Amino acid sequence: MAVGKEIRTKISSIQNTQKITSAMEMVAASKMRKAQERMALGKPYARRMRSVVGHIANAAPEYQHMYMQERDVKRVGYIIVSSDRGLCGGLNGNLFKATIKSMKSWADQGVEIELSLIGAKAAAFFGSYGGNVTAAVRDIGEAPAIADLIGAVKTMLDAYADGKIDRLFLVGNQFVNTMTQDPTVEQLLPLVAEENSEMKHHWDYLYEPDAKELLEGLLTRYIESQVYQAVVENGACEQAARMLAMKSATDNAGDMIDDLQLIYNKARQSAITQELSEIVSGAAAIG
Amino acid sequence: MAMTIHCDIVSAEEEIFSGLVEMLVANGELGELGVGYGHAPLLTSLVPGAVRVITQGGEEEIFYVSGGFLEVQPGVVSILADTALRAQDMDEAAAEEARKEAEDALTNQSGEFDYGRASARLAEAAAQLATLRKLKNRAGRG
Repeated sequence: MAVGKEIRTKISSIQNTQKITSAMEMVAASKMRKAQERMALGKPYARRMRSVVGHIANAAPEYQHMYMQERDVKRVGYIIVSSDRGLCGGLNGNLFKATIKSMKSWADQGVEIELSLIGAKAAAFFGSYGGNVTAAVRDIGEAPAIADLIGAVKTMLDAYADGKIDRLFLVGNQFVNTMTQDPTVEQLLPLVAEENSEMKHHWDYLYEPDAKELLEGLLTRYIESQVYQAVVENGACEQAARMLAMKSATDNAGDMIDDLQLIYNKARQSAITQELSEIVSGAAAIG
Repeated sequence: MAMTIHCDIVSAEEEIFSGLVEMLVANGELGELGVGYGHAPLLTSLVPGAVRVITQGGEEEIFYVSGGFLEVQPGVVSILADTALRAQDMDEAAAEEARKEAEDALTNQSGEFDYGRASARLAEAAAQLATLRKLKNRAGRG
């Protein structure tokens, strides 16, 4: 029967798409669980690191590291953490929108901007959007290692040390829950000292070997750990966003199939009705 | 019973140890050091090697760290362990690589022998061996 051949082809092609999106949804769900675990594993280090740095900022260090000193802002740097792959809804789009908004507020004050990009999506976006890109890291995979990120971070820290940038921001998605991911812009440098009420009296660490060397290393690790945590968190966000996007794609495909099925059935029914009425009227004409 | 101090050993990628210890022995930049209850606030960097903790009740545990930092606060000692292999010129190389990636002009460098990387690997391998030896000795004794 020739009726609705096109519709049938269309339905089967949408069914294939639906199979793919639902498989991707399930893959994303299982990857998200792992990404969330990874995020949780990194938390204790980031927390301890933050508290150590907080202690340093509150202590009376014999030596003031430049990461702690405020400077006049002439140029700012951004480390932007994005995903490597697409098909994750508005995750990267929202992030870039928030970044551009923050960048624009600096640009309006006549401040120049340097970018360090993590993830292929950021590289693609800022490559075409324009911007002063000094470093890029791609293909970090699902289980990123700190070693993969050192380059992108060090470029920015060097720029800070050389006075090429006076402030450094970290942009990434924050994992609120499976349904919500928030793009956040956070200041990395100069360090924002945390208020600490329990240790107000004058004290300082014993430093081994000496404060300068030690703080240099420690603060670099601190920044790296913050960036690593942002990357891991962004990974969890990516999987969550992909899971949602694929779920809604699967649902939409289902709706579409239902609609097409209805149209197909109607067409078939009307063809049958027409055939019947032709036979009946033919028989009546003969009889 | 001996006085105890809370000890956390964490790396960026996972939490390694957390609990009360009587004593912690680590390889600081300036030599091996032990930390017990009431130690003065201290901040030191660590070299690759074994970290020994004597937990409450006298049991000994050994961990391996490839560098990092040790912080002593009243009542708390934390080790922030590195997971990545580090050396000054390796960081430089990583930064250089990121810069190149940004310029999209990756040239083939695999043929060059990277002395910094190799010597850092060697130092770490030696420290790992030393840790293993310590563990073995302990197993032999016990």
